[in-house]
Amino acid sequence: MATVLKPANDQAASAWRGFVPGAWQSRVNVRDFIQRNYTPYEGDGAFLAGPTERTTNLWKKLAPLLAKEREKGILDVSQVPSSILAHDPGYIDKDREIIVGLQTDAPLKRAIMPFGGWRVVANSLEAYGYKPDEKVGEIFTKYRRTHNDGVFDAYTPEIRKARSSGIVTGLPDAYGRGRIIGDYRRVALYGVDFLIADKKREKQELDDRHSTEEIIRSREELSEQIRSLEELKVMATRYGYDISVPATNAREAVQWTYFGYLAAIKQQNGAAMSAGRLSTFWDIYFERDLREGVLTEAQAQEIVDDVVIKWRIVRFLRAPEYNLLFSGDPVWVTEVIGGQGEDGRTLVTKSAFRMLHTLYNLGPAPEPNITVFWSTRLPDGFKRFAIKTSIDTSAIQYESDDLMRPKWGDDCAIACCVSAMRVGKQMQFFGARVNLPKTLLYALNGGRDEVSGQQVGPNLAPISGDVLDYDEVMERLDPMMDWLAKTYVNALNVIHYMHDKYCYEAIEMALHDRDILRTLACGIAGLSHSADSLSAIKYAKVAPVRDERGIIVDFKTDGEFPCFGNNDDRADDIAKTLVSMMMNKIRMYPSYRNSVHTQSVLTITSNVVYGKATGNTPDGRKKGQPFAPGANPSNGKDTHGALAALMSVAKIPYDDAEDGISLTLSVVPSALGSLDERLERGVNALDAYFGTGGFHVNINVLNRETLQDAMKNPDKYPQLTIRVSGYAVNFVKLTKEQQLDVINRTFHGGM
Amino acid sequence: MSQSLIGSRYQLHVARAGATESKAAHDYYAVHPGDVEESADGDDITGYVHSYEVGSTVDGPGIRMVAFLTGCLLRCQYCHNPDTWHKYNGNPVTVAQAMRTIGKYAQVLKLSKGGLTISGGEPVVQRPFLMQIFRRTKQLGVHTCLDTSGRLGDKLTDDDLAHIDLNILDIKSGDPATYEKVTRQPLKPTLDYARRLSALRRPMWVRYVLVPGLTDDFDNVESVAEFAAGLASLERVEILRFHQMGKEKWHKLGLEYPLENVEPPDAALTERVRGQFRNRGLTVY
Repeated sequence: MATVLKPANDQAASAWRGFVPGAWQSRVNVRDFIQRNYTPYEGDGAFLAGPTERTTNLWKKLAPLLAKEREKGILDVSQVPSSILAHDPGYIDKDREIIVGLQTDAPLKRAIMPFGGWRVVANSLEAYGYKPDEKVGEIFTKYRRTHNDGVFDAYTPEIRKARSSGIVTGLPDAYGRGRIIGDYRRVALYGVDFLIADKKREKQELDDRHSTEEIIRSREELSEQIRSLEELKVMATRYGYDISVPATNAREAVQWTYFGYLAAIKQQNGAAMSAGRLSTFWDIYFERDLREGVLTEAQAQEIVDDVVIKWRIVRFLRAPEYNLLFSGDPVWVTEVIGGQGEDGRTLVTKSAFRMLHTLYNLGPAPEPNITVFWSTRLPDGFKRFAIKTSIDTSAIQYESDDLMRPKWGDDCAIACCVSAMRVGKQMQFFGARVNLPKTLLYALNGGRDEVSGQQVGPNLAPISGDVLDYDEVMERLDPMMDWLAKTYVNALNVIHYMHDKYCYEAIEMALHDRDILRTLACGIAGLSHSADSLSAIKYAKVAPVRDERGIIVDFKTDGEFPCFGNNDDRADDIAKTLVSMMMNKIRMYPSYRNSVHTQSVLTITSNVVYGKATGNTPDGRKKGQPFAPGANPSNGKDTHGALAALMSVAKIPYDDAEDGISLTLSVVPSALGSLDERLERGVNALDAYFGTGGFHVNINVLNRETLQDAMKNPDKYPQLTIRVSGYAVNFVKLTKEQQLDVINRTFHGGM
Repeated sequence: MSQSLIGSRYQLHVARAGATESKAAHDYYAVHPGDVEESADGDDITGYVHSYEVGSTVDGPGIRMVAFLTGCLLRCQYCHNPDTWHKYNGNPVTVAQAMRTIGKYAQVLKLSKGGLTISGGEPVVQRPFLMQIFRRTKQLGVHTCLDTSGRLGDKLTDDDLAHIDLNILDIKSGDPATYEKVTRQPLKPTLDYARRLSALRRPMWVRYVLVPGLTDDFDNVESVAEFAAGLASLERVEILRFHQMGKEKWHKLGLEYPLENVEPPDAALTERVRGQFRNRGLTVY
């Protein structure tokens, strides 16, 4: 019989004053607490407050540090191996901060995380001019094995070859896997003692179970989790807070939640350390404080501003190769706002607005990665506010609440960019992505790499003949994708086994239920080029060009062929088939811990890395050229406008890409019409896209600076298009004078 | 991903237009009789289409699908689509084929509170094709918009007008002599069309292309503004600033571009012209 856990004392009882009672009080159930207590908000942003002087000054204090960091690459480093208790408290400005807590003892100072791998740490330090500490190096080479050590012990020669050829790269074998979102809200709602007691209960339930490998591992993991929770408490006391008990007001709720997150980023340097879905939860405390008259709107906003400042200065020490894959110091502190509840009420609260408002109060920034869950049924005031923020800052991404809610429920959040999961009840085994265009080339070349000539894939018969035949190509692509899926899942199983063993995310998992759903989050890159290439082979005439090694290295394409991105089923069906084919093959190979196989169509910046490693493809893409990112149509191949491209991407089946489908859209704001019309149009565009099955869109609304940047660095903006009535042009193809004109015309006091 | 890009198709057609050696093979300015003849009826009507795109925010309300038909009587000096002057330069497309494509977007155009705009060239050159498309599009419940110079307005029956939800009318100058200098066609048919739309209370927008040294004369603009102010069903006026993005097309066609060195209008001139319309109480963008 489960023990009924009650708050231990009066102080804790008063923490829950005014809250609607429910199942959440006796068992950890944050969703139940939210559903019973939150206040839906259907109005507009008129209630919002600007930044206080304190906020502005604090943010300004960071400016010189950030500038120095940009100059040097990193500002400073601590060679004390990072953990929850490794560092003394650090502050930006002790007297002025409302939400406290830094990863180390100084802002922007990066910690080393050797449990992931010592070599990586040493390389990273040296890359920035620091000498690796010899004693620490000795510990992690002589006395303690690391995740990286384990992985390379268990990698097969096949996996190693695949990695070096560039058909499978960017795997988390040399960096933290991330893709775990601790339910940090639990710290605020329950206090750490309640959570420790709950974990002890979970562990106790295993006492009578027979000691199989799985149970043994569980017991150890739960012990580590409990230990981490104790450390979390100590960490907070060093900052002057007792978080053994629940938060009693809004400021404490945000602080306790942030402490949970802080412990996670002290313990781990996952590629994505996402925040979850916090604002709706926090709003309950804000509403209570406002009702009780102990907080003003300006103070509420100030608290949100302050935690956002903390999120913006999260830093990890990375190796240069990592920066190629994930450039720009990303952390993906993804915070989800909006969405509809399962009971039909909106989950938009005033705090959703407050979160967006930080982009004005502190200026735009990529972190936190604010993500709007869009439903056509969202309140109009919120929709318009979100679009306006997009127009002003280009800093938001949108995902389909209507597609995710049936699968993951209304308390799901996003890890990284597009990967949904139920908070506290699910984690993802991150698998980066494989190189689909290169797989197609392997199919043509009997498994030989088109760049190195090495036999990497299985030695199947290469294509002979002077014209590529679609059926013959597909016949060879099938076993090649089989081999790829097998090698890929093999590699991921090794990686995640070792990560669990040597680099376990104890505090993040402490903020999960014991029994969770795990997914094996695979991915594919270069979908558009693969689809277009197969379309060329099917609908046009593609003649292979072989070099002296007998390897097909180029193609002569005669005739036209439909391309992905024009709402043409002939090409779009090929893209859909490729996604489903790959997913079904991946599903065939047993996964570590019986995780559910999923897949994303997402590249981050690996589209550049993979492109560099891949030769000429039949669709006309030249050797070394980057792939289109995510599920985007290939550069210049979408010739019928934004909606046509959106509808092509919306056809990709989410059922076979449950780890997410990513689309980036760059628009120049229409200079015709009033602001109100522009907002209306933006809302309608998103309603149309998500209403017809779209999953995700990252909207860049370009401004003058972007266009000027595009003039100087055209390679950064190959797809940038300017639209004026009756005419469309690819911006980077214009002459300099024309570009200047466009910039002036578009932003010169309105057209 | 591009917001909309018909660049490659433009290139294609300019190359295909017979100007392979970048020299017009015939008198490109001439208007061919074949361009204005009537043809068959129904869904089998073949039209000639330069290109289309879906996702425009500058061709009418909401997010729109825009189709550019080929064929035009005018020869505007500032035309940025000279490759649309001749009807047979376009891709032949039957009404049935066109409706299949439009049908794919019907739902999304309604969700985005947009619709279909047909532009060109001068779409009314292909009046039977144009109207069959519009009638069919209305049957789908999609909003229709005609982007026209008004030159062939008298070819449209009152019943036709009932199937066009919005007219975007380009009044290219107010002084008849200037109008002819700019377009090589008379002004009167356009004004007659505008008055007729107004009398029938058909919603309309007026556009004015501002070209320094050609259409910017104060009195020339005043005439248009004064005329526009008298149109009962006018919803707004849009001033389009001249740009040079069509220049390359003239060169590729081997045509001498009359506005080779003209600069786009600056903010001051643009505001002056906007003011001339605003002073009469019109909504101006």
